[in-house]
Amino acid sequence: MTVTADGPLPSTAYDVAIVGAGVVGCAIARELARHPRLSVALVEAQDDVGQGTSKANTAILHTGFDATPGTLEARLVREGYERLGAYAAETDIPVERVGALLVAWDEEQLAALPRLAAKAERNACPGTALLGPGELYAREPRLGPGALGALHVPGESVICPWTTTLAYATQAVRAGVDLHLNTAVRDARWADGHRLTTTRGTLRARHLVNAAGLHADTLDRRLGHQDFTVTPRRGQLLVFDKLARPLVRHILLPVPTALGKGVLVTPTVHGNVLLGPTAENLPDRQATGSTADGLAGLRDQGRRILPALLDEEVTAVYAGLRAATEHEDYRITAHPGQAYVTVGGIRSTGLTASLAIAAHVTGLLTDAGLDPGPVREPDAVVMPQLGEAFPRPYQRADLIAEDPEYGILVCHCERVSRGEIRDALAGPVPPRSLEGLRRRTRARAGRCQGFYCGAAVRELFERGPDGRNGP
Amino acid sequence: MTATRRVDVLVVGAGPAGLAAAARLAVAGAGRVEVLEREASPGGVPRHCAHGGFGTWTRPLTGPRYARLLTEAAERTGATVRTRTTALDWATEGPVLHAVGPGGPEIIEARAVVLATGARERPRPARLVPGTRPAGVYTTGELQQSVHLFGQRIGSRAVVVGAEDVSYAAVGTLRTAGTEVVALVTEHPRARTGRARAEAARLLHGIPLLTGTTVAELLGHGRLSGVRVRHRDGRTAVLPCDTVVFTGDFVPDHELARRGGLTLDPGTRGPAVGGSLHTSRPGVLAAGNVLHAVEPAGTAAREGARAAGAVLDLLAGAPWPDPGVPVTVEAPLRWIAPNRVTPGARPTRHVLRTGTALTRPVLLVHQDGRLLHRERRGPGTVPPHRPLALTGHWHDRVDPEGGEVRVSTA
Repeated sequence: MTVTADGPLPSTAYDVAIVGAGVVGCAIARELARHPRLSVALVEAQDDVGQGTSKANTAILHTGFDATPGTLEARLVREGYERLGAYAAETDIPVERVGALLVAWDEEQLAALPRLAAKAERNACPGTALLGPGELYAREPRLGPGALGALHVPGESVICPWTTTLAYATQAVRAGVDLHLNTAVRDARWADGHRLTTTRGTLRARHLVNAAGLHADTLDRRLGHQDFTVTPRRGQLLVFDKLARPLVRHILLPVPTALGKGVLVTPTVHGNVLLGPTAENLPDRQATGSTADGLAGLRDQGRRILPALLDEEVTAVYAGLRAATEHEDYRITAHPGQAYVTVGGIRSTGLTASLAIAAHVTGLLTDAGLDPGPVREPDAVVMPQLGEAFPRPYQRADLIAEDPEYGILVCHCERVSRGEIRDALAGPVPPRSLEGLRRRTRARAGRCQGFYCGAAVRELFERGPDGRNGP
Repeated sequence: MTATRRVDVLVVGAGPAGLAAAARLAVAGAGRVEVLEREASPGGVPRHCAHGGFGTWTRPLTGPRYARLLTEAAERTGATVRTRTTALDWATEGPVLHAVGPGGPEIIEARAVVLATGARERPRPARLVPGTRPAGVYTTGELQQSVHLFGQRIGSRAVVVGAEDVSYAAVGTLRTAGTEVVALVTEHPRARTGRARAEAARLLHGIPLLTGTTVAELLGHGRLSGVRVRHRDGRTAVLPCDTVVFTGDFVPDHELARRGGLTLDPGTRGPAVGGSLHTSRPGVLAAGNVLHAVEPAGTAAREGARAAGAVLDLLAGAPWPDPGVPVTVEAPLRWIAPNRVTPGARPTRHVLRTGTALTRPVLLVHQDGRLLHRERRGPGTVPPHRPLALTGHWHDRVDPEGGEVRVSTA
C-alpha cells in the first residue's frame, strides 16, 4: 500500500497516471486496480482525496430521470446508479432510498410534470407517478402551503459522497495503486510517453487520464486540446440540525423552469436536512466561500418549501464548485495518438455516474492501446458506517464487547467513538487534517462544531494512530 | 445484549446543576443516585474556566477548583458519577434512558430523572457568518478546553467576536496561550461587561473594541487569513488574523429533552418547567443551563438543589403536578424561566432577559386581559445581558383554567 504526501515521486514510468483524486479519479483508479498487471498512479494536488467538487455537493444518488435522453451523461448516470447502488450495499456506503418529489408550486410547473414523467420513461426510470395535492401533503405533511401537485420519482436516493470517494481510494490503494497527494501538476508533455511536471518532481506514465475536475481544461490545453472551458458554478448549501430530520421524508426537488433549476430540500444519510444549492457562475476556481446574499436567498426559498425548517439550528454552511462547461454533456474524449483520455465537464451527476465513467474510461484506454491484462477482483472493502439509518458502531453491543473504545463517545453531537477515530487515523488512506478526519468519521461535524469535543478530537488527531505522537 | 439496571434517581450531566442535585439527593437518603457524564471527567463547563468568579463572595474560587469541589461533594455523599457514559435516548415511557459507555449499551430505569445537560455557544455556521471554511475558528468552550485542558497551540493573532463577560474570558485564555488579541468586535454600541473589565482590556492590554460592527466574512483557504468586518455605517475593513473566537450566544443543549418529547419553551428553547422544575414528561425534572441561556454556575447549582427537593417529594409519594399554565413574555423581553405556573405550588422567583436595555422597568403580569401583578424595579438600567428578577407572589391569582400568563413591560 502506497500513499505519499511529500518527498520525490518514483522515477519509474507507470502504465497509467490519473490526475485528480476526486470521486471520478478514484473510481477510475479502482477500476484499473482490477487489473493487477497494471501499474497505476493517482495524483492529487491537495492533501486528501475528494477535496474538490466531490466533497461539497447535494449527495444524491440520481436515477437520471431528468437527463437529456441520448446523451453520454444520461447513459452513464443510469448505469452508474445501478453500479453504485450495488457497490454501496457491499461496502457499507450509506444509501437511503427515500425517493424524490418534484413539487409544483404554480400552474406552469404543474403543467410541466407530465412531460417530466415522459422524459423519465425515455431515460428508463420506471415507477414515476403524478400526485395530487392531497396525496402530496399526506406524504409530506410539513410541506409549505400552496403546492399544487408533484411527480414522485421513487428511485432517487441519498448517499454519502465522502464514504464513496474514500471507499474507491481505499480499495485502489489496497490493490496496489500509488496515491500521491500534495502533487499539483504544473505542466504536461507527451512524446512517446507522458511526462508530468509536478510540485514534487517529474512523473512518467505511458497513458494519462485527466480527471482534474475544475482544472481539467487547463491540463487539456497543456496537451494541445481546446475542447471545452470550465466555468465554475458555485453552489451554496445549508445543513440543518439532526433534530430537523423528521420534518422531511423525500428529496424535495424544484420543477426545472426557464428561470433555472432552483433549490432542493433533502434529508442526508447522516441524519441532517440539506437546503440548496445556489447556482452562480464565477471566474474564480477557488471561490468556495458562502455569501450573505446566497444564504439569505436560500433561507427565503427554504421557508416556502418547508417553513418549520427555518426554526431549526444550522449545523453547517458550505459552498462547492461544479465543473460546468459550455457544453450540455460530459466531455469524455479519447486521444489515442497521445494515449490520453480527458474526463471533463463532470457536474453534479458525477458521484452517481462515477463507476460507469470508470468502466467507460477503461474501455477508451484499451481502445487507445492499453493492454489491461487479466482481471482479478480486488479484496472487498467495508467502510465505517456513517449512515443514521444503519447501526453505527456506538449502537453495536457486539463491537463494543470486543473493543470498549467503540463505546466511548468523543464527538457527542455525531456520536463518534474513540475507536472510530483511531481506526480512521490508522486507515490505508489516513486523514491529514481535522477536515479529513471529519469526512471519515463525522467527528466535529455536528451542531456544536467542536464546543464540546473539538479539543479532544484534535488531541487524538495530533497523537496519531498509535496514540503516542503527542505534541 | 443490552443490560438493564435500576437506580432511584438518574442525573444526566455532571456539571454544577447535576452534581448539586446528586449531592442533595444522596445526602437526603434518596437511595441509589447515579450521575451520567459523557466527558472523561466531571465538573461541566467550570472545568475549563481557568479564571475566578466561581464560589461565593466569602469564598471565591476558580472554575476548575469549583468543579472539583462539586464533584467531591457529590461523591462524598454517596452519589455515583459515571464518566464516559452517554445518555442516548429514552425508552417509550417513563424516566428510563438508554445509555452507552465502554461497557456497552444499557438501559437505566429510574424512579426520577434530572436532566442537567447544560448549554453551548452557537458556533459560526449557526450564526450564518459567510465566507470560506478555514481552520482557526473557535467557540470560547473549544478555546478554553484546548488551552486549559489540553495545552494546545492556538494561532498567533485572534479576533474575538462578542464583548460580554465570556468574551473577556476568551481574551484571558488567548493571552495565556500567547496569542495576540487583535480586536473585540460587537454589534452593540458598547461592551456588555463591567466597565473596569472593558477598560482594562482596552487601556491596559491595548485591545481595541469595535462597536456597532459585525463579522461580514471569514477569509482564507486552509488556515484563516483574516476577518472582514462591517460597521453599521457600511464601512468594511479586513482584520488580518489566523484565529477567530465566536463567544456567547448560548443555547440550551436540548437534544435529549426533544428526543424525550418534553415540551420546550419557545423563549428559552429549553424544557418548559414549573417552579419546582418538573417537565412535561412524568418523572423527569430539569435544572441548570438546559433551562435557559447561560446563567452563572451558582444559579445552575441552586436549580439543581431545587430540582432535588422536588425529586425527594416525588419519592416520598407526592403526585406528579399538573402541567400548569404557560408563562410567556412580550418583546422586548426575550424569555422567562420557570415558564409554567401551578397555582397552589410554592411560589418561585422567575428570571427574565430583555432584548433591549430597560430603564427603571415596570413588569406587568396579565392573564386573559386581567392584571395579576405589577412590579417596579429600583432605579438604574437593566441591560440585555443581565438577569431581571420577578417575584412569584402572584401565582395564587392565576386561574388554572385560564389562558397563558403574559409578562410585559410598561
